[in-house]
Amino acid sequence: MSLRVIVIDGEPDRAAALTEALRVQGYTVVGRFAPGDDLRRHVVDLNADIIVVDVDSPDRDVLESMRDVSLEQGRPVVMFAQDGNAETIRAAIASGVAAYVVDGLRPERVKPVLDVAVARFAQFRALRSELDKARASLAERKLIERAKGIVMRRRGCDEESAYRMMRRMAMDQKARLADIANRIIDADELLG
Amino acid sequence: MAKDALKLGFVPLCDSAPLIIARERGFFAEQGVPVELSREPSWSNIRDKLAFGLLDAAQMLATMPLVAGLGLGNVQAAFVVPMGLSCGGAAITLSAAMLDRMGGGFRARDLAPALAGLERKPTFAMVFPFSPHEYDLRWGLAEGGLDPDTEGRLVVVPPPQMVSRLAAGDIDGYCVGDPWNSLAHQLGLGRIVATAADIRPGRIGKVVAVRRDWADDNPELLDALLRALLAACSWIDRPENRPEVAAILARPDYLNVPAAAVRAGLEAIRFYGDMPNRPDPAQALWYIEQMTRWRHLAGQAERSAVAATIYRSDLWRRVAGTANLPIK
Repeated sequence: MSLRVIVIDGEPDRAAALTEALRVQGYTVVGRFAPGDDLRRHVVDLNADIIVVDVDSPDRDVLESMRDVSLEQGRPVVMFAQDGNAETIRAAIASGVAAYVVDGLRPERVKPVLDVAVARFAQFRALRSELDKARASLAERKLIERAKGIVMRRRGCDEESAYRMMRRMAMDQKARLADIANRIIDADELLG
Repeated sequence: MAKDALKLGFVPLCDSAPLIIARERGFFAEQGVPVELSREPSWSNIRDKLAFGLLDAAQMLATMPLVAGLGLGNVQAAFVVPMGLSCGGAAITLSAAMLDRMGGGFRARDLAPALAGLERKPTFAMVFPFSPHEYDLRWGLAEGGLDPDTEGRLVVVPPPQMVSRLAAGDIDGYCVGDPWNSLAHQLGLGRIVATAADIRPGRIGKVVAVRRDWADDNPELLDALLRALLAACSWIDRPENRPEVAAILARPDYLNVPAAAVRAGLEAIRFYGDMPNRPDPAQALWYIEQMTRWRHLAGQAERSAVAATIYRSDLWRRVAGTANLPIK
């Protein structure tokens, strides 16, 4: 029977991507929640085998107590941290993923789910850092364009020579072009 | 000394002050210990990251190293406590509705009758399973004539959600550290009916924990770490420094709450002295007794041995002796 998984993640995009990836692997994702939702009830109602949770969620401490709550249902939920897979757990936590499982679920059934989650979290992080980089370089390009405009206006020169002057200044001062642009903009604001 | 910075975990609370101040006021630097602080959103994270080597040392609830050593909770791990960090600061708050039912005043014996008329099981929140807060709550309920296991329900709620859950009527009361008690009081949603000082005077609330093998492998580093933390504790407890402590803790990268709330929260907490700094095995034993009382722990054997293997006053004495710090 296909394992029933709950995903708890405050990042909606990542949660959606993980849900899809788990579905493709043949798991049934029975619930997807942001932290702060009434977790206790969901875990009991949805009868899940595995709960994958973002380690940055304060709700991890709520899940810790599911051991007692779910006992009423005869299905204690415990942190996936059996002996013999310390390296798996360490890697998962380092990449931001923890898992709670119904007690007695064999580690070899849990590990593939954890692997999918770890891969998605890593992919998401890489994507975000690329996005941040792209955003930063776009912002820098805008700064350089603005500084170029200032140099053209003040010096009465064309775009190409303005750019050359800024480049030379950057090389002479061993500074980044964006930093030179920033200084030009600051100076222009100061001098009016 | 290690080249890499030591990773120290803390949960943003008033009683994480020693770690934060040791960093901000340069006590770690003074000891030549490069430290990186890691703010963690949950106690589970603290435990797991320390257990699996992603942290070198951490602030912990006083019971956590015992629970991990006894195999009571989710993760079994060999932690040791070389130093206590603080005592006091936690309190039990009851909802305004509950206090109304009790006729406005609070007397423990009025608790059971007030709870008798509820439509659902009386529900009380704490911060973590097997925490000092859980045992405080159990004590309070028992004083009020209520069996917490059969007549009530104990749930875990993250501290920042306590006040809103109380307001929503999901819970009837809770035990947590400040500012979450003062806040409920200020909003007229509830009132403090007992403080940690009423329930367990002279008990350590938070400790420093490290892995036992790490302590064995890095004695000099551990000593330097403890010296820095002890110096910070002493600095924090000087009344003239408290405003600065509050201002630093209030910052967005630490607690991210108004400095006034931090300052109020700090008042009930003691950081320096033989108590709370010496990790007396008797302290551990007292908590183990609570675990036994509530049937979390079966059997009597080896309890003092466990207490003394985890609460290591010998490690503390090594530093307190040389640093001319209070020693008993």
